[in-house]
Amino acid sequence: MTAERTISTIRDDLTIAISEVRTRYPNARSAIMPALYLAQDKYGTLDGTVYQAIAEILDVPEIYVFEVASFYTLYHREAVGRFHLQMCTNVSCMLLGAYDLLGHLEGRLGIKAGATTDDGRFSIRAVECIGACDRAPVMMVNEDYHNDLTRARVDALLDGLEEIDTILDDLEETISEGMS
Amino acid sequence: MTEQVLLKNVNNPDALTLTGYEKAGGYQGLKIMFRDFSPDEVIAYVKDSNLRGRGGAGFPTGLKWSFVPKDSGKLHYLCCNADEGEPGTFKDRVLMEKDPHQMIEGMIIAAYAIGAKTSYVYIRGEYGLSISRVEQAIAEAYAQGYLGRNIMGTDFSHDMYVHKGAGAYICGEETALLESIEGKRGQPKLKPPFPAVAGLYECPTVVNNVETFACLPHIFSRGVDWFTAIGPMDAPGPKLFGLSGQLKRPGVYELPMDITLGELVEDYGGGPLTGKFKAVIPGGVSAPMIPRSGFDVKMDFSSLAAVDSMLGSAGVIALDDSASIPVVARRITEFFSHESCGKCAPCREGLTWAAKILRRIEAGDGLPGDPDQLEVLCGGIFGTTFCALGDGAAWALRATLKHFRPEYDALISKNNNRG
Ligand SMILES: Cc1cc2nc3c(=O)[nH]c(=O)nc-3n(C[C@H](O)[C@H](O)[C@H](O)COP(=O)(O)O)c2cc1C
Ligand code: FES
Repeated sequence: MTAERTISTIRDDLTIAISEVRTRYPNARSAIMPALYLAQDKYGTLDGTVYQAIAEILDVPEIYVFEVASFYTLYHREAVGRFHLQMCTNVSCMLLGAYDLLGHLEGRLGIKAGATTDDGRFSIRAVECIGACDRAPVMMVNEDYHNDLTRARVDALLDGLEEIDTILDDLEETISEGMS
Repeated sequence: MTEQVLLKNVNNPDALTLTGYEKAGGYQGLKIMFRDFSPDEVIAYVKDSNLRGRGGAGFPTGLKWSFVPKDSGKLHYLCCNADEGEPGTFKDRVLMEKDPHQMIEGMIIAAYAIGAKTSYVYIRGEYGLSISRVEQAIAEAYAQGYLGRNIMGTDFSHDMYVHKGAGAYICGEETALLESIEGKRGQPKLKPPFPAVAGLYECPTVVNNVETFACLPHIFSRGVDWFTAIGPMDAPGPKLFGLSGQLKRPGVYELPMDITLGELVEDYGGGPLTGKFKAVIPGGVSAPMIPRSGFDVKMDFSSLAAVDSMLGSAGVIALDDSASIPVVARRITEFFSHESCGKCAPCREGLTWAAKILRRIEAGDGLPGDPDQLEVLCGGIFGTTFCALGDGAAWALRATLKHFRPEYDALISKNNNRG
């Protein structure tokens, strides 16, 4: 998916959308954050080619783009799994067993927090408070919140994700067959 | 039961739409304001209301607005701080997800008062639902003529945009937030100059919290006398408290600020999960914890300051008997060490060191001098950092030592007996 990403394909993909967000600000540099999000939504991860393309589209120095991409944790400079499991371990969640659940996730998937399974399906990360402390312990899977977790609920959630994963695989296969 | 003002619409999904919000009384305050008030009169009225900022510091809102120069010749900006990263805090998310127009109406009032042509709502990146609801509500407000050119036939025009954060706690600090909107790394700037004079793009800028904005429509629709009659004199108006941790009924509660901490966690929070409460962190993890003996404190800015704590974000985290204070302190310190932007040394180095000592104590390898060493580190960080992140971290850690030193000593002497 990311193999043939070049500055010119990125420009083709993103120039219109980035130019639109650019109009919200009096200067181009402010549009770097939304531009990085647009690129991430499209490609999943960010790299030097993306920074160069954004710098060209916005006409700002490339270092400005890199500075932002490397400062903020929601920009992915390394591939994350299809399912990005982000377990909150801050105080309210910790008090209600977040570390136990994190250990359970690690055990079940056979990887440590911070890593991605070899098949690229799951990544686990311990994250700071995600603002749902009244429903602790809480985990985000990609963009979605999963609240009031217990070991049993984590298991059920993972079972569900594995099922979705198979469906997505089948879909991808069907699509690629259809195209060939 | 206390009348719910800010939370009035949480169980009214119709209020997500502009017509539903209007049906529930929305945009009345704005209409009254446009009809009866000049911008200066708005500032004076908000000063009279004694509304104090809900984002952490409790700064008087009208006073903050009055610092914006009248004749700068520059554009003015308004920003809504919806970064809500303080651990234990989730009230702003509820306001944005359930009643986005309330916040937007408040922002238009503030923008008119300070003459801002443009505003940005800085929402933390994880809050996907808040972002989509606020964006949707903004679009509707444009369509209805509450935003854009010549709002409601006046000569006031205003544009509003969402700026999505990207996972940096420090961007909740107002100067870092402005840097972030400028497309830079979120590093705080030395004050003064204050944002009201030189903020976003070096222009006069006001930053207020989501809940601060949410109070404004009601001040205009129901009047200053109504507002000041709620709660204590020096901290009037409805207030949201987010209850979490080891208590039976977590959630967001709207109450006046003269409620005591004990009433809050016992009567509303439903009491401890197991045994008794040991302590409560009253305002997000930056706020020093208060042991059970101090639960009669009232939950307003000055009462909490008088007991060396703070209302902060009003994220109330309860700890029962089963909680280990050194472990909680370690977790809080790691958080701050992690989120330190790295710009100033006392914060960057001091917190890294403190976290290391706390990990060692927790692992059973603590040294007898460690608690004193932690005290010294706190002293070295407090008051010496660029922004209040370091202060909060040092203050929070010091309170755990002050109130629960025996827990540290017990962990450490266990180790020494073993050795
Ligand atoms: C480290 C740090 C983090 C902060 N995080 C937030 C935040 O997430 N939300 C917020 O409204 N204010 C936060 N503040 C306070 C803001 O700097 C600022 O005082 C506030 O947004 C002003 O709004 P108010 O006057 O309406 O309270 C933070 C301050 C510091 C020092
Ligand atoms: S502490 Fe986990 S969501 Fe706030």
